[in-house]
Amino acid sequence: MRFEGTRNFVATEDLKVAVNAAVALERPLLIKGEPGTGKTVLAQEIAEALGRDLIAWHIKSTTKAQQGLYEYDAVARLRDSQLGDARVHDISNYIIKGKLWEAFEADTAPVLLIDEIDKADIEFPNDLLLELDRMEFHVYETSQTIRARQRPIIVITSNNEKELPDAFLRRCFFHYIKFPDRETMQRIVDVHYPGISHMLVHEALTSFFTLRDLPGLKKRPSTSEFLDWLKLLLAEEIGPEILRETNAAKLIPPLHGALLKTEQDVHLFERVAFLARRG
Amino acid sequence: MFLGFFLALRQAGVKASLREFLTLQQAMQAGLAGFDAEHFYFLARATLVKDERLLDKFDQVFAAHFKGVLGPAPSGPEAVEVHELPAEWLRALAEKLLTEAEKAEIEALGGFEALMETLRQRLAEQQGRHQGGSKWIGTAGTSPFGAQGYNPEGVRIGQEQSRHRRAVKLWDQRAFKNLAGDAELGTRNLQIALRRLRRFAREGAAQTLDLPGTIGATARNAGYLDLHLVPERHNAVKLLLLLDIGGSMDDHITLCAQLFTAVRSEFKHLKHLYFHNCPYERLFTDARMRPQDAIATHDVLHTYDHNWKLVIVGDAAMSPYELISPGGAVSYWNEESGQTWLGRLLAGFPKSVWLNPVPERHWVYAQTTRLISEQMEGRMFPLTLEGLDGATRTLAR
Repeated sequence: MRFEGTRNFVATEDLKVAVNAAVALERPLLIKGEPGTGKTVLAQEIAEALGRDLIAWHIKSTTKAQQGLYEYDAVARLRDSQLGDARVHDISNYIIKGKLWEAFEADTAPVLLIDEIDKADIEFPNDLLLELDRMEFHVYETSQTIRARQRPIIVITSNNEKELPDAFLRRCFFHYIKFPDRETMQRIVDVHYPGISHMLVHEALTSFFTLRDLPGLKKRPSTSEFLDWLKLLLAEEIGPEILRETNAAKLIPPLHGALLKTEQDVHLFERVAFLARRG
Repeated sequence: MFLGFFLALRQAGVKASLREFLTLQQAMQAGLAGFDAEHFYFLARATLVKDERLLDKFDQVFAAHFKGVLGPAPSGPEAVEVHELPAEWLRALAEKLLTEAEKAEIEALGGFEALMETLRQRLAEQQGRHQGGSKWIGTAGTSPFGAQGYNPEGVRIGQEQSRHRRAVKLWDQRAFKNLAGDAELGTRNLQIALRRLRRFAREGAAQTLDLPGTIGATARNAGYLDLHLVPERHNAVKLLLLLDIGGSMDDHITLCAQLFTAVRSEFKHLKHLYFHNCPYERLFTDARMRPQDAIATHDVLHTYDHNWKLVIVGDAAMSPYELISPGGAVSYWNEESGQTWLGRLLAGFPKSVWLNPVPERHWVYAQTTRLISEQMEGRMFPLTLEGLDGATRTLAR
C-alpha cells in the first residue's frame, strides 16, 4: 500500500516519501505551503489512491478541540426535560459524535483531514495531543472510552498563521509543499487538461512565471489560480498567438482577473508593463 | 545510526528531539527509505524538521555531513578526487572549452595526447584537492590543469558541471533559502508575529449570552431559565510605540510602514509618538515634528502607566554625543542627555523592547547601537520575523 500520486494529482518524490512514511508509521502528516499549492486536495487524493473514506474536519477560529471528539447538547436535554420527553433519561441521546470519533469508529481506517489547524485557538493542537497520539479518548458523561479500531491516516494542513507547539510537532511528519517549478507545472497541466495545445501551455506558463517573478506583488498567483486562468483561456478560445503578442509587448495578459487579486497588484503590473513597452 | 548527523543538526540549531530521531530509526527499519540517498534525505527531512524556516539549515548540515559519503560531491575541483577520468570525455570537454587559438597552443606541451597523458599522470600522483601553485590540478593556479586558472594551455575540470553531469544534489540546491527566518517580512507576517501579544480580557458592558453560566444557573434554578450575560472579549494589550523618523531611518521607511500598518490593525489601545535619533524631553505626535506637535516626555510617562508596553523602533545609530552628552541633540538644546531620558522611559515602562531595522550583524559597527543595546539589557531585537518573535515573547513575559 503505497501512495504514488493519482490521475488527478502530481506528487513530487519528496511528498510521496513523506506520505508513505506517515501511512506506514501511523503518525499524523503536517502539510504546509503557499496557499493554492494543493494542501487540502492532497488528503482527498490520498483517500482516493488508497481506497479509503475521507473525513474532513475544517477548522475555524471558533473551533474547539472537544468538538472533534464529541459534544454534549445540554440545551436540547434541558428542553426535552421541560417537555417531559422520555429520551431525557438516557444521556447518550445528547452526545453528538465529532469527526475524530467518526474516524475512530470506521471499519477500515479512513483518511482524516484536519484542515487549516492554525485557524483555531493557539491551544487547540495541545488539546488534541493525547487523542492523536494514543488514538483514544474518554467520554465523561457516559464514562466510556472510545478507542480507534484502526489508526486513521491523519493529514493536517496549516497556513502558518500561528506557530504550532513543539510537543505537537514532534508527533508529526512534516512536509512543506514548494511552489512547483516549470516542469512540475507542465505535468500538473497535463493531468488536468490532457488534450490541451502545447503552444498555449508554453506561452501561458511563460506569462505566469514572469508575473510571479514581478517584485513587489502583494499576492503572488498560485497553482490553482493558474489552472483557473488556463480554463478561462480555453473557454474564451484565446490562442497562443495572443499570449505571445502580449509577451512581446509586455502588456497585461488577457483575463488577468484570475491571476491578480488585488487592485494594487493590477496597478503595479500595468505600470511595469507600461515602462517595459516604452523602454 | 546517523547519531553524528543528529548531533550536528542539533548543534546547527535544528532542535530535533530524541523522539523524532527514534521515529527516523523506526522508519529506516520499516524500509521506507529503501537504499536511495534521495529518499533518505526526504525521510530525514520529513521526520526531523518541523519548521520551514529551518529547512535551509537542514540542507546545509545534510550537505556538510554526507559530503563524499553519498556519491562524489557535485562542485568542480572535488571531481579530481576520482581518479579514472575517461579520456574521450576529457577530450570532449577540452574541445568544448578551448578556442582554436588555444588548441594550437596546446601543441606547446606536445599536443593534445601528451597533455592528456600528463593529466592522467598527475591525477594519479595527486591525493586531494589543491588550490594555487603551478603543478597540481586544482583551482586558481597556473598549472595547465584545473579550474579558474590562467594557463592558456589549461584544461578546465569541473567548475559548473559535475563529472557525471548530474544536476546539483537536492540538498545542495538550498531551495528553501528564502524561507529562512532571518528574512524581512510583509504586513501579514508581522501581524501574525504580533498576535502573541494578545491578552484577551472581558471589559465593558455585558452584551453576549454566557451559555455555560446560563446552563449552570438554570440547573441550580430547578430547570427554570436564568439568563446570564457577559461582556465581549477584547484584546486588552496597551502598546506605546515610539518611532524614529528621518535621517538614517529613511532607508527603512517601507519596513517601518509595514510594521506600523500591522500594529495599528492589531491593537485597539495603541499610542504612537515620533522622535528623531534619540528620545529627549520632548516627543512628537506628528511625523513632521513641528514645535506645536510636541508633547513633554514627562507627560507621556505620567499619562500612560506601567501596564503599557513600550516599543521603540529606531536604528540607534547616531553621533555618540547625541546620546551621552547634554546639548547633543541635532534639532534643539537638550538639558539632559539622551541616555538619561532613555533610562527614564525604561524605568517608567518595565515591559519594553527596542526594534532595530538594521541587520543584527551591523550593530557592532555603531558605537551608539552598542551603548543602547547595553542599556536595553539585551532587549534590542532586529526587525525580522525572528526578532519580532523574540520581542513579543519578552513583552508578553
